[in-house]
Amino acid sequence: MKLLFERSVKGRGSDILPDITTGTYKPEGKYLRQSRMHLPEISEVDLGRHYTQLMKQTHGVNDGFYPLGSCTMKYNPRVDEETASLPSFTQIHPLQPLSTVQGCMEVLYKAEKLLCEITGMDAMTFEPAAGAHGEYTGLLLIRKYHQDRNDSERVNIIVPDSAHGTNPASAAMAGFKVVNIPSNDRGGVDLDALRAAVGKDTAGLMLTNPNTLGLFDPNILEITKIVHEAGGLCYYDGANLNAIMGRVRPGDMGFDCVHLNLHKTFATPHGGGGPGSGPVGCKDFLKKFLPCHMVEERDEFYYFADPEKSMGQVRSFYGNFLVVVKALTYILTLGKKGIPEASGKAVLNANYMMHQLKDHYHVAYDQICMHEFVLGLDDLKKKTGVSAMDIAKGSLDYGIHPPTMYFPLIVHEALMFEPAETESRETIDEAVKIYLDLYEKAHSDPEYLHNAPHHCPIGRPDDVKAAREPVLKYEFND
Amino acid sequence: MFKNPEELKYTKTHEWVKEEDGLYVVGLTDFAQDALGDIVFVNLPSVGDPVTAGEAFSDVESVKAVSDVFSPVTGVVAEVNEAIVDDPASVNSDCYGSWLIKVADVTGTEELLDAKAYEEVCANEA
Repeated sequence: MKLLFERSVKGRGSDILPDITTGTYKPEGKYLRQSRMHLPEISEVDLGRHYTQLMKQTHGVNDGFYPLGSCTMKYNPRVDEETASLPSFTQIHPLQPLSTVQGCMEVLYKAEKLLCEITGMDAMTFEPAAGAHGEYTGLLLIRKYHQDRNDSERVNIIVPDSAHGTNPASAAMAGFKVVNIPSNDRGGVDLDALRAAVGKDTAGLMLTNPNTLGLFDPNILEITKIVHEAGGLCYYDGANLNAIMGRVRPGDMGFDCVHLNLHKTFATPHGGGGPGSGPVGCKDFLKKFLPCHMVEERDEFYYFADPEKSMGQVRSFYGNFLVVVKALTYILTLGKKGIPEASGKAVLNANYMMHQLKDHYHVAYDQICMHEFVLGLDDLKKKTGVSAMDIAKGSLDYGIHPPTMYFPLIVHEALMFEPAETESRETIDEAVKIYLDLYEKAHSDPEYLHNAPHHCPIGRPDDVKAAREPVLKYEFND
Repeated sequence: MFKNPEELKYTKTHEWVKEEDGLYVVGLTDFAQDALGDIVFVNLPSVGDPVTAGEAFSDVESVKAVSDVFSPVTGVVAEVNEAIVDDPASVNSDCYGSWLIKVADVTGTEELLDAKAYEEVCANEA
């Protein structure tokens, strides 16, 4: 299809943009760009058709089953989007007097209180702009804590081999050395390996529970105890909070700090690059190290205060504020009853789906799962030549978005399914039927699946060529 | 079914190593390149960087995932194969010709296996 630049015709205008009301200003010559701007000039109807055409080539959560779940794109209620679009939230400036934005301040204050209640933490910053940024901020908290005690020996962060790839990356960015420990045969943390790994050099442990296999670690209290007894802190990666929100709390499992992905669990669509929000919560003893701009309240007036030994700012102003508006709306509309119902249904849906697939597909860790489960298609590939990629591509022909593929790394030919709480039983039954059809097809006509999808707007893109010879920008002729 | 030349030594983590003119040449095995799939990016250390036996010195990226490459030896990087940075596909097509690094001043090694013992490692994982 034609790109916007290719649809552009010089002088063809559009009346979408409002008139300039503030007067114009021409900068000095040395600040003027020399090259052409190449802004597309296009009529409203052509612009509309362009985006509609793009939309038809994609598959979104409104098109059909989308088993990437909260990891990437669970369905988010419309009301959260509507609230965040209210002019009193969108037409504000971060530097306007606090007395004129008390409602916005109250949003941050209330969201902090409620998310602290959900996670079992005592304070929370909304500055970090996304999950990995939250991890980094949480690790700086751990570093500040040890520095403050004049303990410079603690340079290691322990990360299990099933961890999200961002965990070791964030730890390295924060100046720590990463120590990997293996999982046990039930997919949990190997306690002996953990005991052997901790010591005077342990700064902390990073863990997500349930882990990336969708399994809740039954030894979680023992795990955090081992780390604490060695003098380290425990960091909770909130990526999988969708499985446990309203039921168990990281704070009660022994974690000292957490990050949440408001854009995964609390109703902001993402997967297109943002904006996200990765708030970091901590226990009372770490509060004094949090970034600046904590919201406090006195006599019904909300104001910003900097923690005593603050690490400083980790982002401009107060983070991605509108994402917090959506999260607060989500929490308040679901309420104390709805939040645990959502996590309960997410777990039920995953188990219901896994149970129906497991007679045919190999479940990597065959036990009750949390909000997601992992199939290992290694045997299928050996027998039929059909890979996890082929099954995922094949499902596109049936109107199903592929699940997470080739992750976690410790499972070969992995497909990870997360139906999330909003899918109905009918939708899951239909999806199961399709995956069983694909299993059948893998045996009867593997070649067909190697070339799938066959009925989508575009066929199978050459992902190897795309990675080896990426075209990253449009090249203009002039 | 994987090619494991007799004259090379191997690690359990699927790297090969051979001694050549006092240097240890390190690369990825046939099993490794096959398991990774089409390699699209190789990240190599710099000449002069220390490497430690059993620790990662490089990462390779396939369309599936990014994976660490572990050093079979402890020493100092003497040469890196810049050619594979421009042509990562050569690791797939000729894994025993497309070496990654050459290591000097070697003071220790991982447990190194001969071709036969390494074949068993592969058989157990396949």
